[in-house]
Amino acid sequence: MPQVMDADRMSRALTRIAHEILERNRGLDEVALVGVRTRGVPIARRLAKLLREINGDHVPTGSLDITLYRDDLMRNAVGPQPVVRKTEIPFSIDGRRILLVDDVLYTGRTTRAALDALIDFGRPQVIQLVVMVDRGHRELPIKADYVGKNVPTSARQSVQVRLQEIDGADEILIEGEA
Amino acid sequence: MSTHIADRTPDTAPVVESPAVRLRSRHLLGIEGLSPEEITLILDTSEAMKEVGNRPIKKVPALRGRTVVNLFFEPSTRTRTSFEIAEKRLSADTLSIATATSSVTKGESLLDTVRNLEAMSPDMIVMRHASSGAPHLLARTCHSAIINAGDGMHEHPTQALLDAFTIREHKGRLAGLKVAIIGDLLHSRVLRSNLTLLKTMGAELWVCGPATLFPPGIEQFEVHATTSVDEAVEGADVVMMLRIQNERMHGHFIPSVREYFALFGMTPARLRRARTDVILMHPGPMNRGVEIDSEVADGASSVILEQVSNGVAVRMAVLYLLAGRDTDLSEVS
Repeated sequence: MPQVMDADRMSRALTRIAHEILERNRGLDEVALVGVRTRGVPIARRLAKLLREINGDHVPTGSLDITLYRDDLMRNAVGPQPVVRKTEIPFSIDGRRILLVDDVLYTGRTTRAALDALIDFGRPQVIQLVVMVDRGHRELPIKADYVGKNVPTSARQSVQVRLQEIDGADEILIEGEA
Repeated sequence: MSTHIADRTPDTAPVVESPAVRLRSRHLLGIEGLSPEEITLILDTSEAMKEVGNRPIKKVPALRGRTVVNLFFEPSTRTRTSFEIAEKRLSADTLSIATATSSVTKGESLLDTVRNLEAMSPDMIVMRHASSGAPHLLARTCHSAIINAGDGMHEHPTQALLDAFTIREHKGRLAGLKVAIIGDLLHSRVLRSNLTLLKTMGAELWVCGPATLFPPGIEQFEVHATTSVDEAVEGADVVMMLRIQNERMHGHFIPSVREYFALFGMTPARLRRARTDVILMHPGPMNRGVEIDSEVADGASSVILEQVSNGVAVRMAVLYLLAGRDTDLSEVS
């Protein structure tokens, strides 16, 4: 399976994104990170750690499960429901600058669901989108503000972001014929 | 790779958290027949649902466009309200029918009532009925998913699930706990569902009540049965009191309420025999001074009101999980 990024390059991309976040938000006041389950959560935690190393500020970090907001939930004729996991946002998002973090941006439907879910928690000042990989093929008018790497793909391919915390290794793989 | 909505490529990567199980039945008629994995799936999903209830906006769009009918042939406040709140939190369209105001009073049969409701195509029917097995009868003929909200003296599956959820929240597990269930064992559907569930999950079960209120065949649950409250409560992790069901007492089962309280009522002195971290449960409605002393009911060990809040989360989980398997008409005989 071809590797698109190794651990070093992923780490450098995250460091770059952390600097971009600081630059664009003019500091970290009011900034909070929300990772989309599953792999957005460890990425958000890593960004929080990087931001603290660079700037010394503690950035509150939460996790969001979007299952109950999926637009395909009730359209599958028969089949088990996807497993719902806990959403943990232990801070108020009202008036904050929220950085929504996910591993792969593809159709944009996960992001749409995440935006709906987030807005049920309050009224953030700004929501920005951070993704490790943007693989194209959007079906909704959604664009990332911070991108680890743009990876051109065909719809037949699949992109896997593997993370130390979950998969035991950091790498990004692309699977299937172009 | 995480789950991407409407992925056009099959998700071939092993997802670590992928569910080992799903619910095999499209109905929830009882605890009987549920595997430990299915029970764990419902309890885990309930945990996520509980968080929804703590949000500023306590509503998610998961069941948008689904219709749920609550059909209650027996009086109920707690269970019906709990189901209604659960349905609304999942954005389902709901309507509740209490039979006192329905055509049932005009002599319509159960099957006819339900066939007429079905003609309006609800997705799910939550049903309570005084006859054991009534939801099973409907499940054989209905296209809608049926959720049993209590049938006669048979089962009350969502009550047992919310009890298990509450125990798990406090104790972190179900296996190996000593659970003492005390009271009217004969008429209790809550008992039956709880014994089945707790046995499936590996708890050590004790039941206690007057000899006249012992159901025949209780041995099949492999429980320790006793008429001594002290023996049942000794070292217990969980004490569950059952209501004296006056409406089902068509005979002389107990000499008097006062005598019952003296022999079987849960008092602070009796509860002290249990472990210091015991939790005290009651499915409600409580008869204070009959099966339970107020000092115990409102005391530090009591989790009775938590059971009620957890009921909403557990019912959300059941509604959500059952909504995933429907509209396959070939399953209907």
